[in-house]
Amino acid sequence: MLVVDRVSVSFEGVHALDAVTLAVPTGRTLAVLGPSGSGKTTLLRVVAGLQRADDGRIVLDGADVTAVAVHRRGVGLMFQDHVLFPHRHVAGNVGFGLAIAGRSRREIDRRVGEMLELVGLPGTQRRDVRTLSGGEQQRVALARALAPKPRVLLLDEPLGALDGPLRERLLTDLRDLFAHLRLTVVSVTHDVGEAFSLGHDVAVMRRGRCVQTAEPDALWRNPADAWVARFLGMRNVAEQDGRARVIRPEAVRVAAGEGAVVLWAERSGPAVRMRVRLDDGNELETETAELDHPRAGERVAVTIDPAGVVEVPSWQDPGS
Amino acid sequence: MALSHKVLGRLLRGAAAAAALAFLGLFFAYPLVTILKRGLGGSVPTDVWLDGGTRQIAWFTLWQATVSTVLTLVAGLPLAWVTARLSFRGRGLVRALVVVPFVLPTVVVATAFLALLPSSLQQGVVPILLAHVFFNVAVVVRVVGGYWSRLDPRLWDAAATLGATPVQRFRRLTLPALRPALAAASALTFLFCFTSFGVVVILGGPRYATLEVDIYNLATQSFDLRAAAALSLLQLAAVAVIVVVSSILEGRAGTRIPIAGDLATARRPTRHERLALAAILGGASLLFGLPLAALVRESFATPTGVDLTFYRALWQETPTLLVPPWRAIEYSLLYATGATAIAIVVGGLATVAIAAGRRGGGWLDTIVMLPLGASAVMLGYGFVIGFDAPPLDFRDTWWIIPVVQSLVAAPFVVRILLPALRAIDPRLREAAEVLGAPPGRVVREIDFPLLLRPLGVATGLAFAISLGEFGATVFLARSDRPTLPVAIYRFLERPGATNQGTAAALCVVLMAVTALSVATADRLTARAGRL
Amino acid sequence: MRAVVAAFAALVVCASAAGAADASRASNTVVLVTHDSFAISKPVESAFERQTGLTLRVLQTGDAGEALNRALLTAGHPEGDAFFGVDNNLLSRALGGNLFVPYAPPALARVDPVYDLDRSHRLVPIDHGDVCLVYDRAWFAKHELPPPRGFEDLIRKGYAKLTVVENPATSTPGLAFMLATVAHFGPGNAPWTFWSEIRNQVLVTDSWDDAYDNRFSGSSSHKGTRPIVVSYSTDPAAEVYFAGKPLPRSPVGVVRNTCFGQVEFAGVLRGAKNPDGARKLVAFMLSQQFQAGIPLTMFVYPVREKTPLPAVFRKFALPVAHPLELSPATIAANRDAWIRTWTDAVLH
Repeated sequence: MLVVDRVSVSFEGVHALDAVTLAVPTGRTLAVLGPSGSGKTTLLRVVAGLQRADDGRIVLDGADVTAVAVHRRGVGLMFQDHVLFPHRHVAGNVGFGLAIAGRSRREIDRRVGEMLELVGLPGTQRRDVRTLSGGEQQRVALARALAPKPRVLLLDEPLGALDGPLRERLLTDLRDLFAHLRLTVVSVTHDVGEAFSLGHDVAVMRRGRCVQTAEPDALWRNPADAWVARFLGMRNVAEQDGRARVIRPEAVRVAAGEGAVVLWAERSGPAVRMRVRLDDGNELETETAELDHPRAGERVAVTIDPAGVVEVPSWQDPGS
Repeated sequence: MALSHKVLGRLLRGAAAAAALAFLGLFFAYPLVTILKRGLGGSVPTDVWLDGGTRQIAWFTLWQATVSTVLTLVAGLPLAWVTARLSFRGRGLVRALVVVPFVLPTVVVATAFLALLPSSLQQGVVPILLAHVFFNVAVVVRVVGGYWSRLDPRLWDAAATLGATPVQRFRRLTLPALRPALAAASALTFLFCFTSFGVVVILGGPRYATLEVDIYNLATQSFDLRAAAALSLLQLAAVAVIVVVSSILEGRAGTRIPIAGDLATARRPTRHERLALAAILGGASLLFGLPLAALVRESFATPTGVDLTFYRALWQETPTLLVPPWRAIEYSLLYATGATAIAIVVGGLATVAIAAGRRGGGWLDTIVMLPLGASAVMLGYGFVIGFDAPPLDFRDTWWIIPVVQSLVAAPFVVRILLPALRAIDPRLREAAEVLGAPPGRVVREIDFPLLLRPLGVATGLAFAISLGEFGATVFLARSDRPTLPVAIYRFLERPGATNQGTAAALCVVLMAVTALSVATADRLTARAGRL
Repeated sequence: MRAVVAAFAALVVCASAAGAADASRASNTVVLVTHDSFAISKPVESAFERQTGLTLRVLQTGDAGEALNRALLTAGHPEGDAFFGVDNNLLSRALGGNLFVPYAPPALARVDPVYDLDRSHRLVPIDHGDVCLVYDRAWFAKHELPPPRGFEDLIRKGYAKLTVVENPATSTPGLAFMLATVAHFGPGNAPWTFWSEIRNQVLVTDSWDDAYDNRFSGSSSHKGTRPIVVSYSTDPAAEVYFAGKPLPRSPVGVVRNTCFGQVEFAGVLRGAKNPDGARKLVAFMLSQQFQAGIPLTMFVYPVREKTPLPAVFRKFALPVAHPLELSPATIAANRDAWIRTWTDAVLH
């Protein structure tokens, strides 16, 4: 169980983290979602011990580790772009933590083999890390972080450097791995899909503050404010007098008929996103999984499911 | 206490700085201040500084050093490129050989040049510049080449796929990426040319003098210590400025270009590159090979035909030296080993201290470099009068020679290790820490292995420099313990074919020992770097 | 990797041992401070050590002027016990610096008084020699030009651009040659007129080594192109002796009426750690044994009368009978001014 208790960090007067409080039960994955500059990487570094908190505590399995040095915390950290040791081969990287801990040669070799199997890179012990592909390097980094059996695993944009099917594959593998090992994981990302995919819970961060923490469905159903809604990818946000009306894309149903015209329709993978302009001038975005969907320029009828509408507070950006 | 290892780290770095400073303070600052005080006696020699003759000499010193540096870079960069980036047979040999001119006593090199140059070019500025290039290409090839070989070549591949021509890649990617190493190499080269002595004396003749030459004449011939001290101060100030400027350039190189570790980033040359390679190696053999070949030929051209007479003479007693010449080999190696060890330790400590202090490290950097800018003869004088009584009765000791040699070698160690240390991605250290490595272990597992190759370069260069150090060594060495350069000089001073021939044979030995030791250092670190 | 560090460490330890094994200053050591041209053969050195029970250490530091200046720098705390290498050009400077304590070895009686320039005997004469114009015989034979016979020949047609001289400000033979021109042409402007006339004909170097080895065509290094150089009257013997094979004639010749006489002195340093040893050394330097060895080690002549000269000297390098001279007092009074005048006349 990882508890982040009102942690604050300031750099030159600016709050990178402002009284952030989170809890990750054992065996669950928390995805920390936020744009760049929201403090999510700082949060990770504070939990790892690479950054000192000005205020607050980090509690790991009931013990206050705020004052514990990095190398004694027993957390695992997977960096953005892996940061593998270039002067060591794959086994040298993966077994590093174990060698530090003074394990026997035999034990290290066994565990390294086990880890490499786990991440899908069996037999690569002697390979030079610089000859690996991006995806392979990421897996080695994962194996390295996991080998010493850390109490909590921290991931910094684990899929950041990858794309397309590679992402999907690694995403699935990670999820399965975390479940299989019953790991406590905090994964930091700016990608909504990744956060929703990996996290049992998602914490949204903005400007050093944790704005909302909930399970993905709950987050989707009730974003905390207009900003969160937009960040999650909801386009249908109409603001007025400090309140905003958010219509979830799937609540906008399009069928043959009259009342709106399709502006554009584009496919992203299995779903199709469309933007329609109602006759009264408003524009809405929607998603459909139908193959046989309206094309741009067609006239359609739009119905809105009231269950998909939610009222949330507006959010003014104090800095702009 | 949490993160107390950061405090510990800071203390250790402070201790490192203190140790380096203590060494430099005792063995550099103290003797120098002693002799300057003796010369100036408290007066401020503005009259000397403002004198027209001084200005002329200062100007000449400045512009010949600048031009020499530029020419050296132009000549050295192609050679640095081929030895860093292209894989070809004999590459290791070229890298080792290129250090050889660096270590030869200036007397020898000047002499070799004279043999090759037409008589119209035998005295004047042109031979000075040529000789400077000859000496200092080694610095460019080793320092820049060393850094270059560790840059990740995929960046250049990426640029090529984006449509960048070789020239564009060079201008936009290579030069900026190399900037720290270029700054370091230029600073070193400039310093050597600025404080050049033997080359200017022999190839320039009495009409050309650098500050160093003038200081030497004033101190040893006219015995005008006041003027000598005044010019020494001027020279020191100039060197300090040079160092500060170069460290600014070095530090501002900002972007961390990914270092590929010890990966052999060299690859086989393409067809165009093979032509360039041939041209470059050909040009290099002309510039370097000819004078060195002349020396080798001279060592075999005895009055009785082509044979080993002069080499056999190395074992014979001769009135020229107080010991048989081969002993000079022994002493050279011993002194150079000691000097290299000291230089690595002091230079390493200084590097750690400089790298740790963000902006503030610069002053220590400047101080470490100052010995390169101090006149050897003034420093020697300082030793002679500063260390003449207990508790500092060091004048007579055998170890004073390695100490003095290390003063000249340590700055090189810093110039090579510092950019390398700064280039290590700090996240590598963090990764190690998170995996459980305590601070000391982090250094062992991350810093050391990644610094092994630069350390090898530094060791090789420091050894070569110590071997070839002449100015201070000849001043302080006991006559029954000559080093190779001192022995060569003594033989050159005497007329007669046997003396000249023995000098040539000793030169060849010096060249061979240098090349061998540098090549060995290279080989050992390359192998040790693999885990 | 460990092996490398171990080897390195072993080498450092060896170095320390080698150094430490040699104690820096045993009480039975005598240190001679001198210039680079000092030489002593092994048999003579062993003889000294056997006779006196002392170990000889030599500290060589540059040419005569440099060595003297260094001794002046450390006056009172000398780096050694005895000093060898003050020549008559530097005599006043040496005596004026209060570097020496008087000592007159008994063998001084056997020295021709004309060399005994310091009556206070703080400095005693050890050897003498001459600085002259030396020429390359083969070159002149090949070009069918008679070798020069005096200073005036240097201005004559046909002898242009054949000479190398050293800078009197930085070289002892250079200084001696300049003094020779003053001695020859007389006081006043005459010598400087001579120099102005030949300024474009001569090549000036800063040191004798550079002049002789690199610029003179007659030296065995065969690098130079100029057949006349300011050098020593013993060069003909040296060239034969070091030729490595027997030669019937010496490859170089001396222009005898351009020779300027030099005498070299030794003395006991004030403040020496081993003054007794210094006295023994100075006395030894006037002994038959040392004096007889001088020609073939330092290539100058002994001052002790009736000392036999080696064969190669008898054949090729007999002493010059009447070299040019100037009194030490005159030299001391005018040297710096003359050097400045020379520099203006020749270099500027």
